[in-house]
Amino acid sequence: MIGQLTKTERQYALLILLGLALCGLMFGIAGNHDPLGVHGALIGVAALVGIFKVISVYYDPEPGDERLNRYYDDPTKFGIILTMIWAVFGLLIGDWVAWLLVKPDFTLDAGWASFGRLRPVHTTSVLFGFGGNALIATSYYVLQRTSRARLADQLSPWFVLLGYNLFCVLAVTGYMMGITQSKEYAEPEWYADIWLLVVWVVYFTIYLRTLARRKEPHIYVANWYYMAFILVIAILHIVNNLAVPVSFGSAKSYSLFSGVQDAMTEWWYGHNAVAFFLTAGFLGMMYYFLPVRAGRPIYSYRMSIISFWGITFFYMWAGSHHLHYTALPQWVQTLGMTFSLMLLIPSWASAGNALLTLNGAWDKVRDDATLRFMMVAAVFYGITTFEGSFLAIRPVNSLSHYTDWTVGHVHAGALGWVAMITFGSIYAIVPWLWKTERMYSPRLVEVHFWLALAGAVVYVFAMWNSGIIQGLMWRTYNESGTLAYTFVDSLIAMHPYYIARAIGGLLFLIGAIIGAYNIWMTIRTGIRDVRDSATDMPSPMLGGTTVLESGE
Amino acid sequence: MAVEERDNYTGYLTTGHEWNGIKELNTPVPRAVYFFLLIAFLFSVGCWVLMPAWPLGVSYTKGLLGLDQRNIVQDSLKRAALGRSAWTQQIEAKSYQDIQADKALMQIVRQTGRTLFGDNCAVCHGRNAKGGHGFPNLTTTSWLWGGAPEAIAETIRVGINSSHLDSRTSQMPAFGHDHILQQADVDKVVAFVRSLSDPSAAKTARPDDVDAGKEIFVANCTACHGEDAKGNSDVGAPNLTDKFWIYGGDQQTIANTLWNGRQGHMPSWEGRLTPIDRKILALYLVDQRMPNQ
Repeated sequence: MIGQLTKTERQYALLILLGLALCGLMFGIAGNHDPLGVHGALIGVAALVGIFKVISVYYDPEPGDERLNRYYDDPTKFGIILTMIWAVFGLLIGDWVAWLLVKPDFTLDAGWASFGRLRPVHTTSVLFGFGGNALIATSYYVLQRTSRARLADQLSPWFVLLGYNLFCVLAVTGYMMGITQSKEYAEPEWYADIWLLVVWVVYFTIYLRTLARRKEPHIYVANWYYMAFILVIAILHIVNNLAVPVSFGSAKSYSLFSGVQDAMTEWWYGHNAVAFFLTAGFLGMMYYFLPVRAGRPIYSYRMSIISFWGITFFYMWAGSHHLHYTALPQWVQTLGMTFSLMLLIPSWASAGNALLTLNGAWDKVRDDATLRFMMVAAVFYGITTFEGSFLAIRPVNSLSHYTDWTVGHVHAGALGWVAMITFGSIYAIVPWLWKTERMYSPRLVEVHFWLALAGAVVYVFAMWNSGIIQGLMWRTYNESGTLAYTFVDSLIAMHPYYIARAIGGLLFLIGAIIGAYNIWMTIRTGIRDVRDSATDMPSPMLGGTTVLESGE
Repeated sequence: MAVEERDNYTGYLTTGHEWNGIKELNTPVPRAVYFFLLIAFLFSVGCWVLMPAWPLGVSYTKGLLGLDQRNIVQDSLKRAALGRSAWTQQIEAKSYQDIQADKALMQIVRQTGRTLFGDNCAVCHGRNAKGGHGFPNLTTTSWLWGGAPEAIAETIRVGINSSHLDSRTSQMPAFGHDHILQQADVDKVVAFVRSLSDPSAAKTARPDDVDAGKEIFVANCTACHGEDAKGNSDVGAPNLTDKFWIYGGDQQTIANTLWNGRQGHMPSWEGRLTPIDRKILALYLVDQRMPNQ
């Protein structure tokens, strides 16, 4: 796949990898009495594998200029495969920890297998591993087609994709060794954070440089969302992870913030990660794949604008609703609550815009499981954003906070919206990328759809029930005026729902495994020629030979 | 050049832009969107006017309702305490015996004691208070430090081998490990101790061992466990003649106990539970063991 790199790009690749290997070596030496040493070795090995890979193609003939007539999709292809690997792994760990809550003794008596370590392995694997790879892979694809420009160069997309996955591996293996800075969804320690920052800045420059050479007069809405996702995540990531390492030989660091300021920074980060990673990024995905698959124009350009700026503006204020009734000053809570409520309108406008786009194509929704994935995703997006605004209301939050209702809400978003729009987009993109007429088995897509929907619904209903029961039990008083239930009473009451949740998760996992198999078989049986895909429109304005422009 | 087209299905014009085949309709934003946006904004303005909302440098807008979450929670705690004071005062003032005689108060003790026990004690002693390995069964008459409610309340207050200054302290010496007794002697004591509570064990053991064990027991163990081996609640020495065991009454476990010694630990609850809570817990435990003992 990296055979397409030019000589100069191969040289730069070697240079970067040598630098990385050196970093790994330094960490390995400086941190040899610390888990950091293990990560140094891991970084070193990853860099060495990369070096061997580049050397093996180093003397291959350079690609000709005809490559510039085609979009550069190799990183997207590899990214889609990585997405599915992370999906299966992350969902597997998720279901594992779900069963761990049913049977808490099932920890194998090992530190790495304890709930506290495996849970962030699950969240990082699905959010960043599965979601992040899906976003990076599809964004390369969408960016090129909606700009009618080739990616600005061939090396930086690989750097971003592989560097990002190195970050994910560092994160996940770190948790199992006990490395964490204990910030939810920002658990990785300082060295992994710095690495991600480098990767992310390069990601943003890919976007800027490619957009700068676009042949379309306007920037398509999907790109606004992808750009917002990249830019804001960079800002959030930098601020929330400001920390001072104990030493350069230690994985441990101390945050710049403490107390309630730390909590507020964390949830400003946490909620905007939901907003700009799990919402904006995937809306970008939806705005491309849904209209193409449905063969319909976007319902309203104006609604796209209102929703985009509404979401971008309102979300930034909403994070404090995670800290209702805490030491956080009440005025911050009121602001968080009211902006969360106003946020509902642009959110529903987005969901509405997606569903109304399907007007005139509902027969396709009925027949095509791929499009149905996207339709159901939009519906779940609407449900989840309504629930989110509702839970942000302080009195409602006093019941729901710290209960499984929150877990149910997150999974309505993650399973129903994020995963469904991703699976729909992947089923659309795989035949386009590998130049096949359709997926290996449309029947299996149908099976995956129903497993995913059943799994998500079972999961969400189980957690709604469990969460509301929990919340009510914790606040019920007996006639003496003391609490009626112990905490363990509420655990016992939750047990059946935990079993249901684990079964729902299992259905979702089986669906993803079937999806991975279907995608793999499509790739294997696909025709490997380089015909331009029917979904890539030729330029009406240029028509000449060099539709696309060279990189550096 | 943007060329607008009319969409046959909706009748709206496109914006005239096209990206890889994707077009957009120029549909006006439905009026409902503006309407609900306005409603949500007005609702928010209402919240801002009524509640603490916007920062003003070193202060913030306090809101017309004058709400303050700290005052609210303190007030509601005060009100709740006031609601309970009808019976908490009685529990505080009355003696254990008087409370035990008062059916209405004991009803409250059972209700409140259950959750107090479940949230504070069950983690070691089990939800049914029957204990587990290393954690005494609290539903029996066999109490290390005395089973009267006063004694139980004191144990809860100071703990056992805890960091509390008045902590109850006791230790079973490591007779084998510290070379006080030889292995053979330990085995004999085990045979004797088992014979005290388990007649079948007495039959299977060699009679010589039991007798020899008794001699060693008298010389080494009676100081704490008493001549009748029924224990001593002044020093926290358990009764060895009943069927209740903290660590287990089988041959191997008793041999282990003798060889390595034991020193259990119970935290002090003085800083965590109020005197009334501790009183309720003591009464609750006594009440729970009554039906079957």
